[in-house]
Amino acid sequence: MLLIHCPYCGETLPELEFAYAGEAHVVRPDPSTASDEQWRDFLFIRSNAKGPHAERWRHIHGCGRFFNAVRDTVSDRFLATYPAGTPRPDLSLSEDER
Amino acid sequence: MTISPSTLVPGIIAASDAATVTMAEPVARFSLRAHAAERETVGGALGLDLPTQVGHVAGDEIEALCLGPDEWLIVAPEGLAERIARTEIDAAHSLTEITDRELTFRIDGPRATELLTTGWPRDPDSIAPGQGRRTYFDGASVIVWRDGPEEWRMDVWRSFAPHVVSLLATGCAELVAG
Repeated sequence: MLLIHCPYCGETLPELEFAYAGEAHVVRPDPSTASDEQWRDFLFIRSNAKGPHAERWRHIHGCGRFFNAVRDTVSDRFLATYPAGTPRPDLSLSEDER
Repeated sequence: MTISPSTLVPGIIAASDAATVTMAEPVARFSLRAHAAERETVGGALGLDLPTQVGHVAGDEIEALCLGPDEWLIVAPEGLAERIARTEIDAAHSLTEITDRELTFRIDGPRATELLTTGWPRDPDSIAPGQGRRTYFDGASVIVWRDGPEEWRMDVWRSFAPHVVSLLATGCAELVAG
């Protein structure tokens, strides 16, 4: 079972308390001005990364909050979790420098 | 062991030398949502110092458990429900009565904590006595309160209660079966 750190609860908890919610940092364009291609990309086009992948999770059986995580899709290791609305952390820096 | 909804009345549901599962008398429950900026005003109107750390509990007669950064569960004696619902609060918030949504079960006895691990993926010792959490128990979202080292309370949604209590009752018997 994956152990996931919830940035709101400050605890590392079993995967069963969480729900996956797709890729993170997908920005919704203004539908009244977006071209068909931009709207298609927003709806359907995902990075499908092999390696570190920024994704949304929800601590549904806990604090209820959505947050973001960087998970390595090869090893399934969680490299970082951070609150929703904050930018993707630069993992080449140490934790104090981020 | 199967527990049917009709047997869920306050009193002892299952007991063994390991642990006792008791359905508690009804209490009043409220779900409170408020942003950080309004927390003190809302808490003050209710006579509570609303905790900011998830899992912490404040209050005595009226208890407030912090479930999330902007969410609290308020539990009070049944007779206070009306007074809480009518509290005038001069700040943006949401206070919803959820009294009938859940049933509360007390789990105590020398091996109460071990009994909970039958359906709980979490480390029980991550919850100190006096704290509570919303968590996951054998497929159901529940709220657990740790009143003492081996004294727990579990709030279970009404419709999940027969399932959850059946597992606890089976566990009660299994723990002493050797």
